[in-house]
Amino acid sequence: MSEPLGISRADVAHLAGLARIDLSDAELDHLATELPSILEYVAAVQQAAGDDVEAMSHPVPVNNVFREDVVRPSLTQDEALAMAPASDQGRFGVPKILGEE
Amino acid sequence: MTETLVPFDEAITRYDPVMGLEIHIELNTATKMFCGCPTKFGAEPNTQTCPVCLALPGALPVVNAKAVESAIRMGLALNCEIAEWCRFARKNYFYPDMPKNFQTSQYDEPIAFDGYVDVEVDGETYRIEIERAHMEEDTGKALHVGGSTGRIHGADYSLVDYNRAGIPLIEIVTRTIEVPADKAPAVARAYVSHVRDLIGGLGVSDVRMDQGSLRADVNLSLKPKGSTTLGTRSETKNVNSFRSVERAVRYEVSRHAGILDEGGKVLQETRHFQEDSGTTSSGREKSDADDYRYFPEPDLAPVSPSREWVEELRKTLPEPPAVRRSRLQADWGFSDLDMRDTIGAGALDLIVATVEAGTTPQAAKKWWLGEMARRANETGSDLDALGISPTQVAEIQALIDSGRINDKLARSVFDGVIAGEGTPEEVIVGRSLEVVSDDGALGAAVDRAIEGDPDAAEKIRGGNLGVAGALIGAVMKEMRGQADAGRVRELILEKLS
Amino acid sequence: MSDLTKSTADVLSQKLAAGDASSVEVTQAHIDRIAAVDGAIHAFLHVDAEGALATAADIDDRRAKGEKLHALAGVPIAVKDIVATIGLPTTCGSKILDGWIPPYDATITQRIKAAGLPILGKTNMDEFAMGSSTEHSAYGPTFNPWDTTRSPGGSGGGSAAAVAAFEAPLAIGTDTGGSIRQPGALTGTVGVKPTYGGVSRYGLVALASSLDQAGPVTRSVLDAALLHELIGGHDPCDSTSIDEAVPAVVAAARRADVKGLKIGIITELGGDGFQPGVRARFDEAVALLTGAGAEVVEVSLPSLEHALAAYYLVMPSEASSNLARFDAMRYGVRVPPAGSDDPSAERVMASSRDAGFGDEVKRRIILGTYALSSGYYDAYYGSAQKVRTLIASDFAAAFAQVDVLVSPTSPTTAFELGAKLDDPLSMYLQDVATIPANLVGIPGLSLPIGLADEDSLPVGLQFLAPQKADDRLYNAGAALERLLEEKWGGQLLAQAPELEVAR
Ligand SMILES: [Mg+2]
Ligand SMILES: [Zn+2]
Repeated sequence: MSEPLGISRADVAHLAGLARIDLSDAELDHLATELPSILEYVAAVQQAAGDDVEAMSHPVPVNNVFREDVVRPSLTQDEALAMAPASDQGRFGVPKILGEE
Repeated sequence: MTETLVPFDEAITRYDPVMGLEIHIELNTATKMFCGCPTKFGAEPNTQTCPVCLALPGALPVVNAKAVESAIRMGLALNCEIAEWCRFARKNYFYPDMPKNFQTSQYDEPIAFDGYVDVEVDGETYRIEIERAHMEEDTGKALHVGGSTGRIHGADYSLVDYNRAGIPLIEIVTRTIEVPADKAPAVARAYVSHVRDLIGGLGVSDVRMDQGSLRADVNLSLKPKGSTTLGTRSETKNVNSFRSVERAVRYEVSRHAGILDEGGKVLQETRHFQEDSGTTSSGREKSDADDYRYFPEPDLAPVSPSREWVEELRKTLPEPPAVRRSRLQADWGFSDLDMRDTIGAGALDLIVATVEAGTTPQAAKKWWLGEMARRANETGSDLDALGISPTQVAEIQALIDSGRINDKLARSVFDGVIAGEGTPEEVIVGRSLEVVSDDGALGAAVDRAIEGDPDAAEKIRGGNLGVAGALIGAVMKEMRGQADAGRVRELILEKLS
Repeated sequence: MSDLTKSTADVLSQKLAAGDASSVEVTQAHIDRIAAVDGAIHAFLHVDAEGALATAADIDDRRAKGEKLHALAGVPIAVKDIVATIGLPTTCGSKILDGWIPPYDATITQRIKAAGLPILGKTNMDEFAMGSSTEHSAYGPTFNPWDTTRSPGGSGGGSAAAVAAFEAPLAIGTDTGGSIRQPGALTGTVGVKPTYGGVSRYGLVALASSLDQAGPVTRSVLDAALLHELIGGHDPCDSTSIDEAVPAVVAAARRADVKGLKIGIITELGGDGFQPGVRARFDEAVALLTGAGAEVVEVSLPSLEHALAAYYLVMPSEASSNLARFDAMRYGVRVPPAGSDDPSAERVMASSRDAGFGDEVKRRIILGTYALSSGYYDAYYGSAQKVRTLIASDFAAAFAQVDVLVSPTSPTTAFELGAKLDDPLSMYLQDVATIPANLVGIPGLSLPIGLADEDSLPVGLQFLAPQKADDRLYNAGAALERLLEEKWGGQLLAQAPELEVAR
């Protein structure tokens, strides 16, 4: 578990890209000065637990929670599209999509 | 940019292909992976969506029990271990056809792992190792409006239908496949077609490549002969037929070799297979930006199938393909070569269905490996995507047996059915392909034939029946093939005795 | 102010049952109160007088017809704006959801409607529940009824203030790190975070999926139990919902007896950083419990040292993923980037998220994105999840010795608006005592225990119990509440200053 060297303005910009937030220069500057102190504080967890300790993803243990494969009513097309910023031909209208996934 | 391609046969004298195959299989459950929306194909856009699969604020997923059962049965069919305990994870990336902007998938804890399948190519058996088979969900479908080609690039805007979003997928990932270079394309094709048969046999999916319920990605890299260092791999997507799997492998081998020969660098990128040209085109380059930030899905409970359940499901598996094949070969009385051709052409299940519909194995084989295989090759499609069903083939054979049509007319009926002119019956009427066997019409034609060739008639009267064929031919010609040849011969002999 | 708004939900339900008041009267009284004081408090983002009165009228004639109704039928309720409600705006205090009207009801909304509680409206909150002061609401802060220059706490400042200002007898809150309990402490009200999985999360806009719980916000422990019983219980639409009966919380609140109860004071919560007046009231409360026959000991949970750090990794990580869906493609406010006539979907998502999210939300999304990113996952998110396991075993050990644990709910009383806005870490410290319960899924109840000498503002005490033992909180809480109210000669809120009433 390596102690990271803190976080640069470029790091913040990269993270903002991953998080799809178009941060302004001012916001980037601000976060770049603010995040290191927060990270320094939270980094304490790295010393807290050894490798033998299990990571907890679910605070209350539950297993095998399934639903039967039975159709339940869907929304109508109108209900589905009601809050859409744009729609056409029964579909959600979105700007042109770049790249592929 | 123009690519230098090295012919496959030359490329493999210097390089060995290293392949990895990823198959996504859409399950045929009644509802989606995490919500109760129906999965019917071709419904009106956005009529099979709900707060969960539209990722409305506050909605939560619940796992479809049938999907887990199907995943376990698939895992068992692929000779995999079934996890005692596994979790779903979130694969985080933004894309407009993915409502949550993360895909709920399985990461380092797949439900099935460490399996294998044995595939046969030219009488050789190759073992393909399965690394994992995991559960995940499908995305919506974007319709790209405007632009020149309608392809995703250059589209002015997009219209999204989320009916497909959340449909259960099982992703099957192989370990790296290294087989004799010349066999690689055929082995890749054989593997995909083998998995198709296997999963099809379980009844958990329609496994139709042409409809996207079975999708194959071909990952390929080259390493110089004798070297052990792996090259950079490309990932070729939308390979929509078995034939294309084979072609994609061949093309990527040629392309990689071209780049490497010139001392160039192969990009790690997604490529798209182009059915028409048989080439691949560049998609998006993989980069550090591909940081999916996987973490265990806190909204879903872990899955821990009891060993009892797994054993119950094991009992529901159909007989293993190898066993099934030798049984069928025996039942049908096929030679090893017949069987190999049948499997190679992906015709096994088609012949089974045709035989079940009442045709003899020999006749079923004749049509599927002859007429149908020829047509499939011409159109570059798979047999099961030709547009004619085993039942229809059986119907047509029945019409031949009843003497209503002959083999020659049958070919025209196949054309009609494939062209969408209706059932064999309708095609026969529509194209008026009835064989003529009523003596009135035939008798007149026979008389004309005898008049037209007196010496032939003389020879026959003289007992030389060998020349009867000439007169029969004449009659058939006049009747444009639509005559019952046997009856024509009888009439000729009657009239000349 | 009409005594209908002064009454507890329990008293109101008795009046309704006895025919001493109609639901329309009760509901109208609260709507009038909202009109009179909410200009000064800003507890509500949206008021639905019409809908509430319609429900009230319906309940009144169903009651007239002699129909068997839920005990709380006709008692009005306020709902935090993070809960999906058909036909009512649900913004989570964020600009990005401005005008969003859900086409579906959260499970708790369905249960509230089925029981016939008129929904007065949606209450203010820190944007997406990220904050401890309600100052991070995109629609302006909520003001503390005890002193309108101060914060009511957060994120659920709206629900707490609405109840404290007698605008509603009952409210729904959600608690990811203390958002029900800390505002309860700062406004002199009762707030409960049930066991994780005890109340359905279906239809609660998610902040951190493994930490979020909805719960009651009220003016009495019994009212909280009545509301808990109503909204609690298994929900097949929430995979993490506990498939068991709700603990007997109402019976426990009525029992209210701590004789022989083993109570543990948490060493790590209450020392440095806790305001003197908070500690004084806490010590007195503990003395009262001892006097009533409780066995009080001190227990240490050493790993709590790391709770806040772990929380500020787990919560932002899960939030960064949960909030990814707000991309202005299917719903939400779409804001194209300036100076681009034909931007891509990618860019429109980024500009919409920039325009639609506030600073605290962006801060946490970036922090969470970092904690999950390749190369840092094990060091940050992974380690934080391990800390949860350590804390869970500390609690297990503690609950092997005692029935319930106690600590002050918040280190301070209500602070001046703006005081902590520019210092995220000091804001985060507000939740140091409440966060551990969320990390390990145990229930917690906060109730008012008096006013701090230095500022005459409310102080809260928190009871903690093992998972699924929520009833213990209500028994102990109700007992302490009775001892205190005997001392005060009524509810603490009776000592709150009268609010300026708008005419
Ligand atoms: Mg996948
Ligand atoms: Zn759905």
